[in-house]
Amino acid sequence: MGDEVVLLDFWPSVFGMRVRIALAEKGIEYEYKDDNLRNKSDLLLKMNPVHKKVPVLIHNGKPVCESLIIVQYIDEVWKDKSPLLPSDPHQRAHARFWADFVDQKVYAVGRKLWETKREEQEAANKDFLETFKTLETELGEKPYFGGETFGFVDISLITFYSRFYLYERFGKLSMEAEFPKIVAWAKRCLQKESVANTLPDQKKIYEFHMKWFGLE
Amino acid sequence: MAEEVKVFRTWSSPFAFRVVWALQFKGVPYENIYEDLSEKSSLLLHYNPIHKKVPVLVHNGKPLAESLVILEYIEETWKQTPLFPEDPYERATARFWARFGDDQVLPSVFGVFIKQGKEREEAIVTAHGNLKYLEEELRGKKFFSGEKIGFLDLAFGWVANLVSVFEEIQGLTLIDHEKYPLLLAWIQNFMDDPIIKESWPPRDKLITKYQALLGSFIPKEAAEK
Repeated sequence: MGDEVVLLDFWPSVFGMRVRIALAEKGIEYEYKDDNLRNKSDLLLKMNPVHKKVPVLIHNGKPVCESLIIVQYIDEVWKDKSPLLPSDPHQRAHARFWADFVDQKVYAVGRKLWETKREEQEAANKDFLETFKTLETELGEKPYFGGETFGFVDISLITFYSRFYLYERFGKLSMEAEFPKIVAWAKRCLQKESVANTLPDQKKIYEFHMKWFGLE
Repeated sequence: MAEEVKVFRTWSSPFAFRVVWALQFKGVPYENIYEDLSEKSSLLLHYNPIHKKVPVLVHNGKPLAESLVILEYIEETWKQTPLFPEDPYERATARFWARFGDDQVLPSVFGVFIKQGKEREEAIVTAHGNLKYLEEELRGKKFFSGEKIGFLDLAFGWVANLVSVFEEIQGLTLIDHEKYPLLLAWIQNFMDDPIIKESWPPRDKLITKYQALLGSFIPKEAAEK
């Protein structure tokens, strides 16, 4: 089957990483194009005119946008290998709910840690801790969010592991001390090739953010 | 199998309407459980502890929250009268526009309603920037989903019953004939559908509700200036 798969992405993007992991899980060959978000390519503007953001998956010339939508698309098209979502409708809904929770909360509370003015730092920290506490509770004693196997919710959250050092520095906290189950889960995920090969080193991400946001 | 389907909702929540419309299209009997959001029931808080919002669908005792997630569940559980496209690419596209609707269109339209002065002028520009995509999406189609009402139409249902309420209260026109002929035609076709009509928020009640909401916003904005 002559499939042409291109991924428009930016290497530090936690959203792009989700797609890279999904593609790797399914063993899909693709062309990776790195798009610097401060100098967007014509291709990006053409393929995602509405949001002008990465990631964009271009499958046989047709663009799919929004990382969780792309991951579901990948799961539905390449359905014969490594299912990323469970087959039971209720479990699927559960997975979609939690991935949506990650989208609604994690990026924003993380970003607030370094964007916030000093007076609001305490509130930002509180929101951050509450969000990850909720996730730690949801994970519970399960090896993965989906249960026995790595899946949709794990993919949606694991990419943020690359920011844990960033969170620790700006939140003045220890992720391992606050959320031992989450950190253990992350290390478990990192034993998977798709995750280990995708996630950039935490220090590299930290240095990138310091430069990108002029935080030095 | 004795199915028990309950929908925790309010009489006006646009997100809840999506859920009941979907159930109606599929002919699934359900029970409405109306909540007073100023005094949420302990049952609602038990079923949706994370967000504490409506709608919540409870199917045989198992709860689900977030309307777009619920719509996917309804589609997968009751397979009659499919509401989603079969093709994965078309499905991804529908999901994209539904998210765009909730993340961008709805807040921008609400911004036009709530804001005043220069902020409103800016909100109007933003809203038009978003609404134009809806008009484009309807090109060559009767409904967002094609010939028949589907998932994306249900997701945009609030456009058909809320926008004109905002327009009337504020004495402005957002969706005008010149810029949005297709969207206006869609609104009429959507409202005329017999199944949609079975659950429709009464217009006069919406006007009263949103007028009161506006009243509660303005003093706060004045205080913050």
